[in-house]
Amino acid sequence: MASKKYWKSEAELNPNDAIVETLGQNEFPEEIPVDEFLGDKENLSASTTNRRDFLKYVGFSTAAASLAACEGPVRKSIPYVVKPEQIIPGVANYYATTIADGYDFASILIKTREGRPIKVENNKDAATKGNSNARIQASVLSLYDSTRLQGPLANGEPIEWAALDTAVKGKLGAFKATGKQIALLTQTYASPSTAKLVAEFKEFYGNVNHITYDAISEDAALSAFEARFGERALPSYDFEKAEVIVSFGADFLGDWQGGGFDSGYSKGRIPKNGKMSRHIQFESNMSLTGANADKRIPLKPSEQKKALASLFGKLNNSSVNVDLSDTINKAVDDVVAEIKNAGKNAVVVTGLDDVNAQAVTLSINEMLASSAFDPTAPRYIRQGNTKTVNALIKDMNSGKVGALIMDGVNPMYTLPNASEFAEGVAKVDLSVTFSTNWNETTEITEFTAASNHYLESWGDAQFVKGHYSLMQPTIKELFDTRQFQQALLQWMDSDLSYYDYLKETWSTGVLGEASWNKALHDGVFSMKADSTDDSSAPNDDSAAQTMDEQSEGDSSVAPISAAISTLSSSSADGMELVLYPKTGMGDGKQANNPWLQEFPDPISRVSWDNYVCVSRADASTLGFVNENVANGGLNGSYARLTVNGVSLENVPVIIQPGQAAGTLGLSFGYGRQVGMKAEMQTGVNAYTLYQGFSNIQNVTIEKASGTHEFACVQLHNTLMGRGDIIKETTLEIFNTKDHSEWNHVPQVSLNHQEVPATTVDLWDSFDRSIGHHFNMSIDLNACTGCGACVIACHAENNVPVVGKEEVRKSRDMHWLRIDRYYSSEDSFDQDNIKKDEFSGISETKSGFEEMELAAVNPQVAFQPVMCQHCNHAPCETVCPVAATSHSRQGQNHMAYNRCVGTRYCANNCPYKVRRFNWFLLNNNDEFDYHFNNDLGKMVINPDVTVRSRGVIEKCSLCIQMTQKTILDAKREGREIVDGEFQTACSNACSNGAIVFGDSNDEESQVTELKKNDRMYHLLESVGTKPNVFYHVKVRNTNKA
Amino acid sequence: MKKVLYRHQISKLFTFTLVVFLLLSNALFAQEETTEQSSEAETEVVEEAVDSGSGDAVKGKQLFNQNCAACHALNRKMTGPALANVEARLAEDEGLDKEWLYAWIKNSAGMISSGDAYANKIYAEYNQAAMTAFPTLSNTDIDDILAYTAATPPAPAAAVAATDAGQVATDSSGLSNEIILGALVLIFALLVMMLILVNNTLQRIAEANGVAMERDKVAKRTPIWKAFAQNQFLVLVSVIFLLLASAYFAYGWMMQIGIDQGYAPIQPIHYSHKVHAGDNKIECKYCHSSARVSKHSGIPSLNVCMNCHKSIYEYKGNPEGPSQEDLANGYTNEFYTGEIKKLYKAVGWDEENQQYTGESQPVEWVRIHNLPDLAYFNHSQHVTVGGIECQTCHGPVEEMEIMYQYSSLTMGWCINCHRETNVKVEDNAYYAKIHEELSKKYGVENLTAAQMGGLECGKCHY
Repeated sequence: MASKKYWKSEAELNPNDAIVETLGQNEFPEEIPVDEFLGDKENLSASTTNRRDFLKYVGFSTAAASLAACEGPVRKSIPYVVKPEQIIPGVANYYATTIADGYDFASILIKTREGRPIKVENNKDAATKGNSNARIQASVLSLYDSTRLQGPLANGEPIEWAALDTAVKGKLGAFKATGKQIALLTQTYASPSTAKLVAEFKEFYGNVNHITYDAISEDAALSAFEARFGERALPSYDFEKAEVIVSFGADFLGDWQGGGFDSGYSKGRIPKNGKMSRHIQFESNMSLTGANADKRIPLKPSEQKKALASLFGKLNNSSVNVDLSDTINKAVDDVVAEIKNAGKNAVVVTGLDDVNAQAVTLSINEMLASSAFDPTAPRYIRQGNTKTVNALIKDMNSGKVGALIMDGVNPMYTLPNASEFAEGVAKVDLSVTFSTNWNETTEITEFTAASNHYLESWGDAQFVKGHYSLMQPTIKELFDTRQFQQALLQWMDSDLSYYDYLKETWSTGVLGEASWNKALHDGVFSMKADSTDDSSAPNDDSAAQTMDEQSEGDSSVAPISAAISTLSSSSADGMELVLYPKTGMGDGKQANNPWLQEFPDPISRVSWDNYVCVSRADASTLGFVNENVANGGLNGSYARLTVNGVSLENVPVIIQPGQAAGTLGLSFGYGRQVGMKAEMQTGVNAYTLYQGFSNIQNVTIEKASGTHEFACVQLHNTLMGRGDIIKETTLEIFNTKDHSEWNHVPQVSLNHQEVPATTVDLWDSFDRSIGHHFNMSIDLNACTGCGACVIACHAENNVPVVGKEEVRKSRDMHWLRIDRYYSSEDSFDQDNIKKDEFSGISETKSGFEEMELAAVNPQVAFQPVMCQHCNHAPCETVCPVAATSHSRQGQNHMAYNRCVGTRYCANNCPYKVRRFNWFLLNNNDEFDYHFNNDLGKMVINPDVTVRSRGVIEKCSLCIQMTQKTILDAKREGREIVDGEFQTACSNACSNGAIVFGDSNDEESQVTELKKNDRMYHLLESVGTKPNVFYHVKVRNTNKA
Repeated sequence: MKKVLYRHQISKLFTFTLVVFLLLSNALFAQEETTEQSSEAETEVVEEAVDSGSGDAVKGKQLFNQNCAACHALNRKMTGPALANVEARLAEDEGLDKEWLYAWIKNSAGMISSGDAYANKIYAEYNQAAMTAFPTLSNTDIDDILAYTAATPPAPAAAVAATDAGQVATDSSGLSNEIILGALVLIFALLVMMLILVNNTLQRIAEANGVAMERDKVAKRTPIWKAFAQNQFLVLVSVIFLLLASAYFAYGWMMQIGIDQGYAPIQPIHYSHKVHAGDNKIECKYCHSSARVSKHSGIPSLNVCMNCHKSIYEYKGNPEGPSQEDLANGYTNEFYTGEIKKLYKAVGWDEENQQYTGESQPVEWVRIHNLPDLAYFNHSQHVTVGGIECQTCHGPVEEMEIMYQYSSLTMGWCINCHRETNVKVEDNAYYAKIHEELSKKYGVENLTAAQMGGLECGKCHY
């Protein structure tokens, strides 16, 4: 036994090793330097501090510390020296302004408190684009981004504006003399004033070339429209007027052609007088639009083109030879029949990046004289011209360009040929980038001009011809920044401020007789139809420019017959990749915005990532898997995508139900690295595959090693037959049958008799007939799942961001979530039937597993779920400390400081809407988002408590807003009229899906909605009597 | 026998009180006299002036204070020039007569536009601030005002006399206090001496009578602490009692943590609510205007202070003069004037040139009423809707020289008030319906805030 030797390291086996010897004897190989901190003995004994004193000090300091802890801190209160007249501390001010960041355009209102913008609201006065989406709602947080540039830089080193001005002006002056090109590469402004200013800049410096560049191009649609109508713009659509909507890959509820079509669409989706619009979607990715369609036909892009050609042919009764499968042919025939039936009430749109396809849809709509299609009011919110961008890169590389000035673009990130661009920039004498953040492009340019956030800027925009919108600063520049237009004025030796310039442009060119102050107050201004003339087109410069290019570019816009033949012969080898912008991230401008990163994608419900969407069939052939792992997270395989020799490594794979076989989907906006916080560097950059600015690419995909961890907030894909959560019916049944048939109230057994669950009650009911009683109505027909409400709720209620790791552990804090359900059968009803027919445990188990396999083409339903504010709330009865209680106004209150964190309430909540603060999420550098820095904290709503660790929180039905409405009325001594009561989500919802109000007010809209036959409560059988109710989803699937 | 003795004592006490009272009253009267003296002196001065001029200076003073004092002082540049001896000055320096002054006062703008040289000069000199026209003032009125401005200011001698008298008065009162204290000490000393003497005498008598002191006999008994320690029951009871008592006090102590009732921090500027809200009866909401419409009552911004303090550049004291107490605390006129200068410094007001320098320094007040963030309180709800006096919660602010937290601001305090206070529903259309329905339900005419739902958690915590 003694002969056996255990050893810890090889060195020990060597008997002569001195260190081993020493270590064997001593615990530490070296003497511990005790003397260093205790000094020599003499010193120590001479010291007056002995052990007793030491203990005294310890005792005293402990006592002092604990006593001091009882003392409240001294709080300072510093009033203004001179208070601005319009600011009253504690009262919010609203300013009308405009977001026009090159991707998102909308007229909005900004709520400010004590001069800080804290919330974005829709501008209901706006005739066009007065509604915000999730990104616009979140844009207020980007203002307070702690990584923003705080002043101008030269080669990465801070300089003064004056120095930058001198350097730039000097060089520009030189180019003026030599005639070298000065290139302005900018975002789309759609701004009359900027267009005028750029024209003046051209005049001043001579050889100025203004190139408009959209990261995600609508070039095909613009070119097609230009060829047909002579103006580089996009047509307007009003889907409210359409009875039949046919879309070929157009995600018009997302960002297709600048977005903002959803409110019109939703109005047409609510069944009125037995009628609602019918929506047929041909698409490859499962998009938000496809998810809302009555009929969705998954199809490869190449086949979509053929189907479109065939549709055109059949509408014209001309023969178009296309090679399509029988089912598709039949689908097209059905569509043709429906379109013919609807006549001018039909509209056809396409999102295919193909001039021919765009031209064909334009001509179909013209042919139909579609009432939803309006080419006379063109949209100017996409102007990018890919040809000129490519020409610029060529010019730069050939050394023709002297100066490159960029604003609102990040070509080094968004260009597929970024390296070529970088080489070009190196050959340019002067490069200036206007940017709010340090990014891929500022890295390679000489000067970085720190620019304003739009909430700090002046500006204007003409979204749609004749409809103008004004942008005004809602806060003084936080840093030493300057907006692009101001710099142009400066460099033209003008001492005008851009505000003066803007006002002058408006008073001479836009307003006519109207008042500037009123326009500024409203934020919008609509010109009378007759007074609009062509001179008001925003960028006549780029229009003129494209006219020059016409000669060479014309070939791409062929006459319709040629277009049809090109379309019908289109084919693709192998897999087709469809690139798309995600609802949360868009083109990636706001990638550093934690709200948007944590925003779960409406379809996949994955946050903090982008991924390649693969159909189930393709996944099984290629060996991709998605699995739910033991810790509750979703894991997926990695893939390598290759387009024309350009590879994108380690792309996580999501198996997407409804993805057309043979196609892949990948979203833009992710994979940014430079200037980003570590946590925000998520996903892969899809722009590298965006070759030729086409969103359709031929791609090869192969499996890569490794497993990706997703942060997915909804693991169960299908409804699993829990039919009483989402109730849906078809228009035919809705119109013909009694509501008890399609909106069945669950039955319970009372005294051995089946009675409706709503009539049975365990509890005594409280009298809620006096005063206000808040109710919220959510119409599943009107909800498109856009998620603007989710971000609005985030902003209004100081909801913290928890990060990817925590979301993966199901610790997301969203007070309002939008559940997405697939039905694995053709309809949700069939799911129910299937579930009911299970017999025995084994079959039940295997049956549910089978249902969880998402179908080839499932039906989708979106359902916003927040606290249901049950009148008989299960959470209230189990709270041991009465931290959650009910008010007579119908709101379920949550007193955070009373909560001790037992989480009984969350466990007892049938709707799972209660959120627990597992950590201190503010002032905690472990959660480096926006709650831990002074800048990010400026977005906090001062009327809502910031929650601490260990407490439960949940939707309050925005009690701070309802209380404010009540107080305003009390103070003014008047009654409250319907519509005054709002919540953050109902305010943000421009689709009319969320309606909030007082159900004790007989006149209110919510009372009327409550009486509607479509009304039902979630899980009625539980008997919770919620104050939030839903409207049965009606699908217009009776035809075909 | 004893009774007689006591009676005697009472009469003694009475005499003593009388003496004290007389001593004190002397001081009181002395003070009154001095004020009388000074006011007499002032009237005399004014009367003298009446003799010298043509107008009535007393009436003039009144008119001046009503119409001119906002922008003019006698011996000091303000928004407008100093006006002491303005008539004489104009006559001497500019050769302008009274007629010019009449015309100027009644319509200065007209004078300027008519191109009058001096009118334009003065207009330019004072930052082109047009003087309000006073067409309502008659020539006699203006004469009176001019008489007042021509009057020599109150002779400094009189003022000195007054202060001297005041000084004496304080001295005398101090003296009387000392005398009383001295007398008391003397009486006590006498009493102690008498006691000792009596005790000695008694002891001597006892010794003489052979009475043994009882003290020596007790020595052999068990000491009380030992007896206590041996009685276990008693120990147990005392321990329990001690524990309960300490728990009680510990609870009491802990419950006051974070309650800052009476918190009266030293502020960067000694702002006296007593002077403003009390003496000058300025409405609370003149300065704390946002209390009407906002959740915050708001500390007034400095421009609000300057509305008055542009012309009130020095503290002239109460009509009665600073009280004993104020003087003891150092709240003299000069002290207050110094605080006004602090305001000028903060707001960047150049007194010399009567203009803002633009160099301002916000005042960092120490916040007194600190509600925790978890509690939502809205001033306008209580002030405008409820019509509750500021004093209900903030106490007698108009008497507070130094502002302090009057109420405890605890939740119990809020709740109590909500239970007891009736909601003011009259003339408020918002309440019409709910009041009618609720009063029917509860069978009462007046509804408390609690009955309206004012005790629900979420009304204050969200």
